Amino acid sequence: MSNQNISNMLIFDKSTEGRSTKLQAPDITNLLIDIPQHCLRRSVAKLPEVAELDVIRHYTNLSQRNFAIDTNFYPLGSCTMKYNPRGAHQLASLPGFLQRHPAADLSLSQGIMSCLFELQDMLKDITGMHQVALSPLAGAQGEFAGVAMIRAYHQQRGDYQRDEIIVPDSAHGTNPASAAMCGFKVREIPTAADGDLDFAKLKAAISERTAGIMLTNPSTLGLFERQIKPIAALIHQAGGLLYYDGANLNAILGLVRPGDMGFDVIHLNLHKTFATPHGGGGPGCGPIAVSERLAPFLPMPIVGKIDKFTDKSKSKFKSESEFKSVQYTWLTQQDYPHSIGSVATFAGNVGIMLRAYIYIRMLGREGLRRVANMAVLNANYLLRKLQDLGFQAAYPKRRAMHEFVITFKREAKQNNLTALNFAKRLLDLGVHAPTMYFPLLVPECWLIEPTETESKATLDHFINIMAQLADEAKTAPEKIRNAPLTLPISRLDEALAAKNLDIVF
Amino acid sequence: MPFIPHTTAEIEQMLTTIGVQQLDDLFIEIPDELKLSNAVADPIQAVPSGLTELEIKKLLSARAEQDSYKLNFIGAGSYEHHIPAAIWDIASRGEFLTSYTPYQAEASQGTLQLLYEYQTMLTRLMATQVSNASMYDGATALAEAVLMAVRLSGGKRSKILLPQTVHPNYRLVVQTVVQTRDIELIAVPYAEDSGRIAVKQLIAGEIVAAQNLTEVAALVIPQPNFFGVIEEVDNLVTWAHAQGILVIAVVNPLAMALLRPPGEWGQQAADIICGEGQPFGIPLASGGPYCGFMCCKKAYVRQLPGRIVGRTTDANGKIGYVLTLQAREQHIRRAKATSNICTNQGLLVTAMTLYMSMLGFAGIRAVALKSHHNTLTLAKLLQEQGFKPKFNAPYFHEVILQAPASASVQAISAKLAQERILSGYVVEGDYPELANCIICCATETKTAEELAMFAQAVGRMLTKTSSSLGSIA
Repeated sequence: MSNQNISNMLIFDKSTEGRSTKLQAPDITNLLIDIPQHCLRRSVAKLPEVAELDVIRHYTNLSQRNFAIDTNFYPLGSCTMKYNPRGAHQLASLPGFLQRHPAADLSLSQGIMSCLFELQDMLKDITGMHQVALSPLAGAQGEFAGVAMIRAYHQQRGDYQRDEIIVPDSAHGTNPASAAMCGFKVREIPTAADGDLDFAKLKAAISERTAGIMLTNPSTLGLFERQIKPIAALIHQAGGLLYYDGANLNAILGLVRPGDMGFDVIHLNLHKTFATPHGGGGPGCGPIAVSERLAPFLPMPIVGKIDKFTDKSKSKFKSESEFKSVQYTWLTQQDYPHSIGSVATFAGNVGIMLRAYIYIRMLGREGLRRVANMAVLNANYLLRKLQDLGFQAAYPKRRAMHEFVITFKREAKQNNLTALNFAKRLLDLGVHAPTMYFPLLVPECWLIEPTETESKATLDHFINIMAQLADEAKTAPEKIRNAPLTLPISRLDEALAAKNLDIVF
Repeated sequence: MPFIPHTTAEIEQMLTTIGVQQLDDLFIEIPDELKLSNAVADPIQAVPSGLTELEIKKLLSARAEQDSYKLNFIGAGSYEHHIPAAIWDIASRGEFLTSYTPYQAEASQGTLQLLYEYQTMLTRLMATQVSNASMYDGATALAEAVLMAVRLSGGKRSKILLPQTVHPNYRLVVQTVVQTRDIELIAVPYAEDSGRIAVKQLIAGEIVAAQNLTEVAALVIPQPNFFGVIEEVDNLVTWAHAQGILVIAVVNPLAMALLRPPGEWGQQAADIICGEGQPFGIPLASGGPYCGFMCCKKAYVRQLPGRIVGRTTDANGKIGYVLTLQAREQHIRRAKATSNICTNQGLLVTAMTLYMSMLGFAGIRAVALKSHHNTLTLAKLLQEQGFKPKFNAPYFHEVILQAPASASVQAISAKLAQERILSGYVVEGDYPELANCIICCATETKTAEELAMFAQAVGRMLTKTSSSLGSIA
């Protein structure tokens, strides 16, 4: 059997009955047991029976079949695949932080709570909002919480007829899905030819049924929505609220704030803007920030700072001496009776909050703006160079922000080479493909986001690869059409996977 | 500047290529009145000047030290277990840590094969048929399971039987998620003697009248329940299925190595199975990131939310892995998706998969047995100090005990915290009727000496605090 075949095996194939890593399990001789027979499990779950080295080697080999930020340029649009500082990872993994139980006494929680309290304050200033709740577990859950707050706000005012949320056709799929999850009807507004929202269509769509609008600014087209002030005025005049999808905050960090644009509620993606690891698909962390009128509805818990021992704070402490030892406390539904409730088992993805806190402290105030500047510089440099190579920008007359869209509709039509074909060929050449076929309104597109942590040398390397692709499209189109050719695996049959469902070995 | 590689010369070259004079020119489309550079005072005051890695290390090390403790006996949904060193060594490899959702399958075979193995391990442990690739945490997994059950009824049934023996935080999250929908949660009480779901009342129609049972989509059954008590599941499952009600199991995966798994409950088994994966290699870490899991019978797979990985072949017939059934998901189906979930808990799934591989079923069973033994031992020791078990039913690795009437469990707990000992979860806030009760958990991490030391410390506090009872509470 060749090495290649061995590394293709599942962990179950490497299992041998009776083998185990005994070192990791406790001794079970002479144990008390007080559980009735009929409650006990008799069947054996066939989990792997392997040695520790088998596990290490198997998963180390598997890891090497991934592209990652640490190994490859990864310009996946809308995902902000920037360098994830190892320092933040290591410090968030200090024993004192990893061992803290979520229900630990306040007196043994002040270290972590001071970080979370400061993070709330920092995010408040960064976004220009009134208050922050950190607990939503990912961007989509932040959206759910934010839209649920919009709903709670209207209901408290007796505005029960507001049952529509407006979403542009360029929006992330999570936007309409979150609005629907909150019981709203979704009304989609088209994008105008210049890439901004179609203002006339928006105006026509607004009514007494409008609960709010969900916008990403810069939009998923990588363009700053220039009409944001008039849009905000329009929605507010109609009694609606503005929701900001924070997926693209990296472009304007330290430069422009959603609060100043007129947004009422926003979510942040700490794993994007604030450089926390994406982990092969999570964890994320989606704090939300709100204007003053939405603050009463925030999800719980929030970290509060206490100044004096009042009757109200009495109920939170077991004794006056405990109170004296603490500065930070959890605010709960008792403090916020109109809260939409809690969205996580405990306080959210605290480990991710810590990483973001550390990252922001390392950047400092002056570093925030530098992030946006360099992210936008990198995107515009790439866009210019790709245009020079003959690739077609979706919005050539606009200035790109931190990401931009190119379209292969000409190549698809003339040569039957699709955005997917080009993406797979890019993998061959060692670059993770950009986001494909999103936003939905641009045919055969790529959404390219280089991020600020990539050097000019990396961008130039990518440009050379794209030059090669442009050349191959003319001289050797089958290389692109049949890609990937050099990876351990060639194009996978997704239709077959869905038809002959094999999701468990 | 931290993490930014550009030299001044490079910035100049790039600006020239773009055809602009200065960085500010790149932001020309942003209305001037919105730009902070035009604001008189810098409004981002809460962010201090940047720190070096060494400086932030000193600051954070001190804060982490502040929160350290000697011994912990709190469980309540978050459990302290031994985590083999190899788990986070491997999970923290850059290839796992810094990749993202495997949208490009051919460049993500590592993550995809791992997820396929995870799905397989979890379905085997639960003795069921399919699994997704994770939810956020246990509470949100339960909330999604509730929505899924309502969808499976074709929207015809919109009531959920939610026992009070389910973790209070899980019930709060379910409440948050269903409040925007036309879904009603019906609380099912517990029997006062056993701490189990009040099955007799349920079957007798005292909770929901017989004629209204056709409106009930699902019955939630925790195993073990929040009190640590082992539920009698078979009658509940058989009764529910006879009424056309689906069964949602919310279980501790560790306990499933010792107790009958949801796939073996009643005659037809639980329909949807969810829970918290934290006990498998994930540190306590203040409550997150953790890892929700969700499994179901194969017939229901198209209503399962979240990512699912499938095995397929490539153009040359070679086996490979892809995300599959994506037509359920938000990026395709948008407002009609099964859920809005996108990013989930990939890295934590990696840790869980490594944990299950490293311990195997026998190892996990040993951890479960030892945790059960330790908790039984601790209960005995605390009974010698005058504590009484609140319920008469068997329990897994948590036990609910009532402190002697002469003492306040709150005060004892506060005093022990001063000695950096976390004594357990005081339940009165969640269950006012369970006055002076505490839930203690002793996992495999505790030695016999530590259990004895803790019981003695509690004994000392009993004598100390009985005189100052009620000074604050």
